Amino acid sequence: MHPRPAQTLFEKIWARHVIADYGDGFALMHVDRLIVPDLSSHALSALRERGLPLHNPELVFGCADHAISTDPDSNDPHGLANPYIVNLRAQAQHFGLTMFEPREFGHGIMHVIAPELGLTLPGLTLCCADSHSCTNGALGALAWGIGAGELTHILATQTSVQQKPQTMRIRLDGRLPAQTHGKDIVLHLIGKIGVAAGNGYAVEYCGEAIDALPMDARFTICNMSVEFGARFGLIAPDDVSIGYLAGRPYAPQGAQWDAAVADWRSLPSDPQAAFDREIAVDCSGLAPQVTWGNTPEAVLPIDGRIPDPAQESDLARRRAMEAALAYMELTPGSPIEGTPIDWVFIGSCTNSRLSDLRAAAGVVKGRKVAPRVRAWVVPGSQQVKQSAEAEGLDSIFRAAGFEWREAGCSMCLGANGDIVPRGERCVSTSNRNFVGRQGPGSRTHLASPLLAAASACAGAIADPRKLM
Amino acid sequence: MEALVTLSGPAAPLPVPNINTDMIAPMSTPANAGKPRAFAPSRADLARMLFATWRYDTADREIPDFVLNRAPFRQARFLIGGVNFGCGSSRDTAPAMLSAFGIRCVIAPSFGAIFSDNCYKIGLLPMVLDEATVGGLARDAEGGGEFILDVAAQTLTSPGGSTVSFALPAFRREQLLKGADDIALTLRRGAEIAAHQARERAARPWTLLPPRLPPREAV
Repeated sequence: MHPRPAQTLFEKIWARHVIADYGDGFALMHVDRLIVPDLSSHALSALRERGLPLHNPELVFGCADHAISTDPDSNDPHGLANPYIVNLRAQAQHFGLTMFEPREFGHGIMHVIAPELGLTLPGLTLCCADSHSCTNGALGALAWGIGAGELTHILATQTSVQQKPQTMRIRLDGRLPAQTHGKDIVLHLIGKIGVAAGNGYAVEYCGEAIDALPMDARFTICNMSVEFGARFGLIAPDDVSIGYLAGRPYAPQGAQWDAAVADWRSLPSDPQAAFDREIAVDCSGLAPQVTWGNTPEAVLPIDGRIPDPAQESDLARRRAMEAALAYMELTPGSPIEGTPIDWVFIGSCTNSRLSDLRAAAGVVKGRKVAPRVRAWVVPGSQQVKQSAEAEGLDSIFRAAGFEWREAGCSMCLGANGDIVPRGERCVSTSNRNFVGRQGPGSRTHLASPLLAAASACAGAIADPRKLM
Repeated sequence: MEALVTLSGPAAPLPVPNINTDMIAPMSTPANAGKPRAFAPSRADLARMLFATWRYDTADREIPDFVLNRAPFRQARFLIGGVNFGCGSSRDTAPAMLSAFGIRCVIAPSFGAIFSDNCYKIGLLPMVLDEATVGGLARDAEGGGEFILDVAAQTLTSPGGSTVSFALPAFRREQLLKGADDIALTLRRGAEIAAHQARERAARPWTLLPPRLPPREAV
């Protein structure tokens, strides 16, 4: 008998889920968990209009995250007048799927609640109608984003046709310095390899820096895989992730837990497994990162200077840089540190978990938000919000002049009324600095919660290391 | 799904790298900042929203320089983009808006993976060609002449008459040519799906959850 060929984590999970081979790498894949966000609830309507049943209601979860108001004084705190949420609720009741109601237990941003509730487990496949589904890969799951059309297909069949991507391993070496964060690692990485480097790949992150990171920071890194084109980002299950899952509401219990853990321990990539591409990045000595342009690769260390398009030889890239500098109203050669800001947003599926808020509160404590800066903290879930309040983090933020808001996607994407006004500049812990992403004409600088908190207090893009 | 067999018409050149789906399908027009688009947009609404950030000013007037506001590209059937076209958000309003506008083939050196999948779902071809070829096509397109796509032959003919071939996996080719109902096709494999679930429930019961109680009113 031949020994089993060496496999990567990705290949092991992929192989378990193939139902039919369609050739050229295309396969019909089983989907173990499916999350329907409010903005895609029309996929459920489409299923109903076709008169089709929901294939597995117990595997489908509704999440009112993108469209919900996070205003604590909202006159519609439950989304009873919001057409997206109203439809999600009506369809959830019709089909018998679980919807996590705004402001109740379980509610929050889908990529925050799925791990928190134990819906995401190692070795599973999980789809959400959202590109940041790759966040869930930090637990060793195969999670990918889909559009609403494919969502209807999964609702009807609990499967999805996917083309198997190539594999890439990114080794993150060294220990992260103080006052830096998982966000700094992934921004630095994207700056180094570019926003298209992951196109066609499933990425596995490993190395000393990953091993040392808590789950929250691992989610941050996997979350931004799609920002360099990788539809899948994964981290092998280990003591950190297994410990994180113990006792979660939807995680297995008792004897099943033991069997599951034994299975999960077999998932990490075999030592001899080959990857199509390997990259190594040294994280020791990493400075806090902040973006200057309109793609996440347009990033600088906090002590860096705005680049000069005249130095760029490729014409299309030079024009894109010039357009970004004009949109962002920045001057080549000037330092990024000290650029005056109007807004700070701490939240989103990238950085709204408890340790993100703790890190930001550590910077803010005993300080004040600068005059004329509006600063928001938007917890990623009801559970994060309650845990943060139990530790008094909300009091620290409020005392400093931050607004402490309800859970949701909020100002990350300009789809729920929370926007950065035209021409105003925001340091944001979210994942996209695209033109108009936070509202038409808004200017976004992506950064870690530490840098965002420091900037709120300074009234300008600031180095969190100088405030400690 | 609508089949895509042949297509002919002008190609709008938009040689900008990393055009993301927020740009293709923005949440609101410049004149309507913060007011999200309609819950159930009509095809006309979708066509109007395409590239709204680049097409309209804050008073909702067309910006004359933008390619899709210029003749003959108002009738574009193709769009020629830059590398990493359709990166970012998974919103499938991006291909839906292109299609509603009349564009059923986007040509670029590379595409965002989710956008690419979403295109095929609605019979829109994301055609991958090398960077130099795409650059040449973008220059040809400036004249506003007619491009011709033949999906079965896997060829694209430029206004000047030169023809290039493009790669297309068999699964995708069938999908476009037949415009088949993918849900109906997969439901034919119901027994295989059931067998997979039964195997999983036996071998790794935690991968599936216990069947849920019937809907609330029935409890």
